[in-house]
Amino acid sequence: MKILLNGELTQTRAKTLAELCTNLGHGLDKIATARNGDFVPVTERAKTLISEDDQIEIVAPRQGG
Amino acid sequence: MMLEFYGIGISSRLLIGTALYPSPQILSDAVVASGSKLVTVSVRREAARARAGQGFWELIKQLDVHVLPNTAGCKTVKEAVTTAQMARELFETDWIKLEVIANDDTLQPEVFGLVEAARILNEDGFKVFPYMTEDLGVAEKLVGAGCEVLMPWGAPIGSGQGLANPSAMKTMRAYFPDIPLVVDAGIGAPSHAAFAMEMGYDAILLNTAIAKAGDPVKMGRAFAQAIDAGRLAYESGLMEPRDMASPSTPVAGTPFFNIDSA
Repeated sequence: MKILLNGELTQTRAKTLAELCTNLGHGLDKIATARNGDFVPVTERAKTLISEDDQIEIVAPRQGG
Repeated sequence: MMLEFYGIGISSRLLIGTALYPSPQILSDAVVASGSKLVTVSVRREAARARAGQGFWELIKQLDVHVLPNTAGCKTVKEAVTTAQMARELFETDWIKLEVIANDDTLQPEVFGLVEAARILNEDGFKVFPYMTEDLGVAEKLVGAGCEVLMPWGAPIGSGQGLANPSAMKTMRAYFPDIPLVVDAGIGAPSHAAFAMEMGYDAILLNTAIAKAGDPVKMGRAFAQAIDAGRLAYESGLMEPRDMASPSTPVAGTPFFNIDSA
C-alpha cells in the first residue's frame, strides 16, 4: 500500500508502525513517531496499524536554536 | 542567586542553540568554552538508514548539559503539540521551548496559537518555555496558562539586531519581577547580551551569533563574559543617567581657583 512517509509517497508492506520502523532500518535508533498528525509513543507502535494513505512522521534528534 | 527554571538550578545564564556550527566538534568546543549548561535542540525527519540524528544524540549526551527541545517551524497548535510530544520521548525531558510561528519572513510568534498550545502542554505535564513577543497581555495569558518562564524575543531570529524594543523589555522586567525572563533570539553581539542582563533579564538564549562567528569557540567565551558582566552590574545597581555633567573630582581645593574672579 502507499503511505506518505516523512512527506514522500512510499510503498510499504508493513502492517504496523513498529514493523515499518524496523523495515526502514530504525530498529535500535533514537526516533519518535506520529501517525496522521498524532504522536504515537514507542510503546504503542506495535499496536498501531497502518492504513492506505496514512501520513507517517519519523523524527530524530537534530540541531536546533 | 542561581538561575532556576521550574525548580532546576542552572549554573550559567548563557543558553545556546546547537544549529549552524561549522562542525560538531566546533559546536562541542564552543559549548564547553562558553560554560553554558543548557542547549536547545530540535526534532527533524530521519531518513531511512541515514541515521543523521543518532550521531547528534551521542554528541549531546557527551556534553552533559540540560537539553531544551524546541518546536521550531511549527505553525499550528496541533503541529506544536505533536512535535513537543515527540521531543519529550526522544530527549527524555518534559521541558519544551514552545514556538508557534506566524510568518516566514519575521519568524515572529503566533501568539494566539502559542497561548493555546502552552495551555494544552502545561496540562499534559510539560514545562513550557514560550518563545513570545514582549507583549504584556500575551505574557499574562501565558502565565495564566501555567508557564513559569517567559522568553520574549529581542529581535527576529537570526537577525542579530539586539533588543529592538528596549523600553518594552524594561517594562516587562518590571511587570514580572519574580518570573525568570530569557531574551530569546535576535542577539548579535556580546554588548547586546550585556545590555539585556543589565536590565535584569535572567538569561540569554542565542544561536547564530556564536555559531556563525569567525571563531565560535572564542565568541562563546565573549558572550559568557558579557553576560556575567551584565548580571554583576544589575546586581550592583547601575547609576541613573543625567542630562548635565557632574564633576567626579572634588571641586573644593581646585588649584588657581579664586572665588573673587568666578
